[in-house]
Amino acid sequence: MPARNRIPQVTRRLLMASLAAGAVAIANPANAQDTIKLGLVAAMSGQSAKSGEAIVRGLSIAIDEVNAAGGVLGKKLQLVVRDDESNPAKGVVAARELVQRERVAALFGGLDTPVSIAIVPFANQSKVPFMGVWAAGTPITRNGAAENYVFRVSAVDVLVDQALVAYAMKKYSAKKPGMILINNSWGESNEAGLKASLAEKNLPYAGIEKFQDADVDVVPQLTRLKDAGADVLFLVANVAPSSQVVKSLDRMGWNVPIVSHWGPAGGRFSELAGPSSQRVHFIQTFSFSGKLSPKAETVLAALKKKYPEIKTLADVTPAVGIANAYDAMHLTALAIAKTGSAEGPKIRQAFYAIDKYDGLIKSYSKPFTPENHDALSADDYLFTYFKEGEILPLTN
Amino acid sequence: MLLISSIVTGLAVGSMYGLIALGFHVTYAVSNTVNFSQGSSMMLGAVLGYTFAIKLGWPVPAAAAMSLLLCALLGLVIERTLVRPFAERGSNAWLMATVAGGIVLDNIVLFTFGKEPRAFPSFLAQKPIEVFRTGVFPLQLIIPVVGIGITIALQMAFQRTRLGKALLAVVQNKDAARLMGINVRLAIASSFALSTALAALAGMLIAPLFSVHSEMGTLFGIKAFAVAILGGISSAWGVMLAGLLYGLIEALVTAFAGSTYTQIIAFTVVILALAAMPNGLFGHAAAKKV
Repeated sequence: MPARNRIPQVTRRLLMASLAAGAVAIANPANAQDTIKLGLVAAMSGQSAKSGEAIVRGLSIAIDEVNAAGGVLGKKLQLVVRDDESNPAKGVVAARELVQRERVAALFGGLDTPVSIAIVPFANQSKVPFMGVWAAGTPITRNGAAENYVFRVSAVDVLVDQALVAYAMKKYSAKKPGMILINNSWGESNEAGLKASLAEKNLPYAGIEKFQDADVDVVPQLTRLKDAGADVLFLVANVAPSSQVVKSLDRMGWNVPIVSHWGPAGGRFSELAGPSSQRVHFIQTFSFSGKLSPKAETVLAALKKKYPEIKTLADVTPAVGIANAYDAMHLTALAIAKTGSAEGPKIRQAFYAIDKYDGLIKSYSKPFTPENHDALSADDYLFTYFKEGEILPLTN
Repeated sequence: MLLISSIVTGLAVGSMYGLIALGFHVTYAVSNTVNFSQGSSMMLGAVLGYTFAIKLGWPVPAAAAMSLLLCALLGLVIERTLVRPFAERGSNAWLMATVAGGIVLDNIVLFTFGKEPRAFPSFLAQKPIEVFRTGVFPLQLIIPVVGIGITIALQMAFQRTRLGKALLAVVQNKDAARLMGINVRLAIASSFALSTALAALAGMLIAPLFSVHSEMGTLFGIKAFAVAILGGISSAWGVMLAGLLYGLIEALVTAFAGSTYTQIIAFTVVILALAAMPNGLFGHAAAKKV
């Protein structure tokens, strides 16, 4: 009996302790006047949790640098993170909470295109800048709003598709590529993009095949493409389904080149797909491998210092999340510094006024204009492949 | 080539559906209830197999045996907590309870095992061999053999052994079975243990061809239930054949009509088959006592 009585006591104590902690937190609102808060809505749990972690790291390193140099408008920057669980509805609730309660000056977005697309109308209505650092869906920045508050430092599907087609033609002299696409809105957006890019180059395609996340065997779809004479495959899918495609190709013994969107970068692709994972050439915006610029060396050193769990380059994979977030945060800080008051409409105008910024991914020159809210273009993409857990750049 | 490769694909994936569906059959045959979290049991089998064999480095037979044992225990727990309390009161709430149990299990695994899909490599799924000029992994040929072997064993056990007959007696008349000295509760509990173990076996067999993660069982569980109904849930052979048939339809539709139509056509066939034969392809109508 006494053992039974002890349990509620412990629970009660825990409860009291957490209430007390909560009370302290409320009574001490993090010296609200001395900081400018910036919000992040990204997947911090679920299958894409690693992407959220990478974004937080990139943003935090940039914030540390800005704060060490005296902050912005005399105030320190502070990051407030919310988990969207890859769920659009939860993302909108989180964005609302960040804007209305935390009074963030700007929002940053995560990996999932559907979540970002759901937040876009809210950002535009509440006139709070929304900076995309990963999700590549074309309509996120090209959303048709009269006053567009959405900016992005990341790849854009429609440009990626152009780059995939150009790469397949240049590297493999593709005459008749085939498409193997995941059966969801991401696959669909790229189906449209790839078709348009191929039409532009007057290139026919062997076929378009779709597959599901849970498909064990993609041999039937791939055999159809093979029989139709595909000489290169365009692949659009996340890590696990992409590896099913590679395993099925292995089984068929079909040694066709694979040119892929950046899905394989998001996890343990080389573990899941085995040695043949090296066949997949996929797009990235940045890689910490190879010869690094001085800036990249500095950022990598700062990452290792702040996050001791980063030991090898495989631990900063994929680098896109970190690098996009890092540059996006610096660009945002530059914009806020130009405003004097960190109000949304002023920050939006200030983004257009940024002239030059020497960033991690590249040297930005007039990164944003009223017509173009995407700081990266097709020229900034690089092709990479997986080797033993590390993403290595390919020399074109 | 397209035909042969889709037949091999269809038979391997179909026997997975069949194995999980046999789990539905076993509990239904004994107690008229089923465990709707079979998909989650399949996932747990693969996750435990991965944990013991890859993470802890146990020899594969030991890892497989341990995983089967733990999943059988899970079956006992499911029966005791999610089925018996409702079924014995004549309520059908075990239906929702087992669905909920599966969701709880998926999420527990998500938090403990992790979010990222992991690879479960096996030498049986690395180097393809050539069969009728089509590359297949040896594992793809082994899975149907295992599936059909287990079906034969189950059929024999139910018809030829004392235990099997005792199990079947339970479903016909619980009170009479009890009067004849059959431990009804034990019989039902062991059928649940067997059913989750079958799902776990399916999970471990498919893992090297697929990847291991907390959501891998969901779709398999749903399709397996469709297969169980299609086969006429009361017949072991019917269930396994329906599994193979369903796998074949999926693969052939994908190969010859295109993947856009796979789910539409496959499930339409199920609906049409059930409309024409309400007791399933191989089942027989239960005699209703008035």
